[in-house]
Amino acid sequence: MTPPMVSPPAPVLSPRRQMLRRALRHRGLIFSSIVLGLIVLIAVFAPLLAPYDPYKQSLIARMKPPVYLGGTWKYPLGTDALGRDMLSRLIYGARVSLMIGLVSAGLSAVIGTVMGISAGYFGGRVDRFVQYLINVRLAMPVILVALATVSLLGGSMFIIMIVMGLLLWDRFAVVLRSATMQVRAMEYIEAAEMLGARQSRILWKEILPNVSSHLIVIFTLEMAHAIILEAGLSFLGLGVQPPTPSWGLMISEGKEMLLFDSWLIMIPGIALFLLVFSINMFGDGIRDVTAPEGRN
Amino acid sequence: MTGTILSIEGLTVDLPKGGDRSHAVENLSVTVGAGEIVCIVGESGSGKSITSFATMALLPRALNVSSGRIVFEGQDILKLSEADHARLRGNRMAMIFQEPMTALNPCYTVGDQIEEVFLSHTDMPKAERKARTLALLTEVRMPDPPRIYASYPHQLSGGQRQRIVIAMALALDPSLLIADEPTTALDVTTQAQILSMFRELRRTRGAGIMLVTHDFDVVAEVADKVVVMQRGVVVEQGTADEVLNRPKHPYTRQLIDAVPRRARDDARETASRPEVLRVEELTKTYRIPASFGRAAREVAALRPASFSLREGETLGIVGESGSGKSTLVRALLRLIDPTSGRVMIDGKDIAAAPKSSLRTLRRDIQIVFQDPYGSLNPRRTIGDQLVEGPVNFGVPRAQAMERARDLVRIVRLGEEVLQRYPNQFSGGQRQRLCIARALMVEPKILVADEAVSALDVSVQKEVLRLLAEIRDRMGLSMLFITHDLRVAAQICDDVIVMSKGEIVERGAIGRVFADPQHPYTRELLAAMPGQGWKVPDLSALPPAVA
Repeated sequence: MTPPMVSPPAPVLSPRRQMLRRALRHRGLIFSSIVLGLIVLIAVFAPLLAPYDPYKQSLIARMKPPVYLGGTWKYPLGTDALGRDMLSRLIYGARVSLMIGLVSAGLSAVIGTVMGISAGYFGGRVDRFVQYLINVRLAMPVILVALATVSLLGGSMFIIMIVMGLLLWDRFAVVLRSATMQVRAMEYIEAAEMLGARQSRILWKEILPNVSSHLIVIFTLEMAHAIILEAGLSFLGLGVQPPTPSWGLMISEGKEMLLFDSWLIMIPGIALFLLVFSINMFGDGIRDVTAPEGRN
Repeated sequence: MTGTILSIEGLTVDLPKGGDRSHAVENLSVTVGAGEIVCIVGESGSGKSITSFATMALLPRALNVSSGRIVFEGQDILKLSEADHARLRGNRMAMIFQEPMTALNPCYTVGDQIEEVFLSHTDMPKAERKARTLALLTEVRMPDPPRIYASYPHQLSGGQRQRIVIAMALALDPSLLIADEPTTALDVTTQAQILSMFRELRRTRGAGIMLVTHDFDVVAEVADKVVVMQRGVVVEQGTADEVLNRPKHPYTRQLIDAVPRRARDDARETASRPEVLRVEELTKTYRIPASFGRAAREVAALRPASFSLREGETLGIVGESGSGKSTLVRALLRLIDPTSGRVMIDGKDIAAAPKSSLRTLRRDIQIVFQDPYGSLNPRRTIGDQLVEGPVNFGVPRAQAMERARDLVRIVRLGEEVLQRYPNQFSGGQRQRLCIARALMVEPKILVADEAVSALDVSVQKEVLRLLAEIRDRMGLSMLFITHDLRVAAQICDDVIVMSKGEIVERGAIGRVFADPQHPYTRELLAAMPGQGWKVPDLSALPPAVA
């Protein structure tokens, strides 16, 4: 009595191919990827794209309006109060914003993931300790702590990135903790234990890949959060210091002219909005595409 | 049996484009008469649940009825408005779902939920509603109706909840009851009670009952008429006697052939072989710490359990949910820490070993889990997961891959599966892969924890055969944990019966079945459905007609 040979499974697409297919059908994801891609390209090739030096001042060309308000093509987006070209500053500002977003969110991701996964996997005392840290962190208002630290240590870009990186890990820790607890209860984890896998291997090969979709989504959220926070700090004069072209700083510098020359705020404001909006949309898209219910 | 209550004529339900077939149900015709139990049988994906949902007009939006009529008490259900449906449902026709744990709202008492039915369909005064509700509770044989009336669902057991759901269904004396796998989530003894209640209801209420199930023994227990479905099409229908004893269609025969037989014909001699595993006085006690004025309690999940397993032997561990069989397995593998006792393999005690040496000790004992969907990591290829074990024990990857190729052939899959991901396999195939994974480290003992419970009967049969073949070929010893005595009977030499955390009986499978010693074992055996039905010898029947 030998059971019949089972026919090999029909050629189904691998998970990666299926994900790619879902991604190509997701309009929000496509749109946000294009916008984000453009901003990244602009930031990378800023020296080639910017028509002027973003720091160069020209007192005779102060406060030129952008072309759509009757300006000339010499300064397509006009100039600011010191006669610096807005377009060039905007282009270089993309570098600052992206850099701050990536580094701060990256640092937070590392801290939060380590905490969240170890709390979820080991449970017990480790979990209680991590939860205590999360509670302490949640009790601190981010913007106040950031303001205080930056005003004590001075507002270089490096310090701002580190301070925010040390403050924005709460969501990573909370979400990954519960995601890990779910994955930990799966039988493949017990199977790995039975097969003699070491804990480090289980964490790395079994747990991390299965919580990575959460990780990506929170990463995009926190990246947007960090960019907005930096703009806020810069607006309050405690972020990136002038004359560095940061979008938040540009808004701050334009605020006195808000009533008469509102483009000074509108232009960096729209840029900031587009960037944050597309990062969030990108995160939502990634979540939809990697959603576990589509994967089984 | 007077009059037809429900008649489904030529029902076709379309599946959305891109499914594995174009119709969920195709050209289905069934009638249910008064006082008649019609069983719709089929494996997963056969369209049996879709049929019951269509009758209740509860089809998901993605599914469309493209042709056919569903005539209930003289009106075509498919032509009625949403409001008319609402009036019919619960009043003239009622449905009983599979999962009693989620079919009741945890926020309301049982009494309130039953009264709700009266409230929404009649204008009965409060006192009468309560009286009727209590009468219903008595009718579904609930002990102490006034107490149950004031209870919340979480205070009741699964079987009790299912009876509440049935009471709600019966409240307004419907002429049609639709029950979708009503006993699948329940233990055998509870199942037996619910099934006997169905039989009684047919007599006392004269309602027509449409019962959807995958289990031929349940069919044998209650059915008057049987409808067999395969991939959305009715392949055979007739009276219970015709279909069960003289099946015509090859698919029906295949299903009946896969029904586990109740006895084993080939008893094997194992008593003289050496012991590979000895469990001595293994216990597990959970301590619930004191809180909110409640004193600390101890719950014994496993009372002292002792047994041994011989080389090449298959030992079944049988019990209902909560009997402690899973605790026993997990404690014995040290997936949870036992409270006391010894687990000896090869002269070494797993129960007392320090955590650091567990890795090497576990190599001799491997496990296949129940859920074929949860026991493979969805993010790693099959090959990668198979070589994991040997690589952890220091075998070079290439050599492990070689063994993986051999093993997937042994479990009757092609080599190309090693590059694929788990989502590309069916439940039965995944279970084969789990077996292969467990065998990768060349264990002496294989533990199968409900390893075939989640599979359709025909797949279940194949996997069981494969397990037996591998056991004989590799000289494995097996611990086979199941809630299903019929499955145990097919593969086990000896069986241990557990109840309430305790081993109540051990013996050769034939002896336990023929002459059970413990009252609990007797109760369990008596509760098995379909005992009046002797599975026909299919080879003696005339050739199948497709």
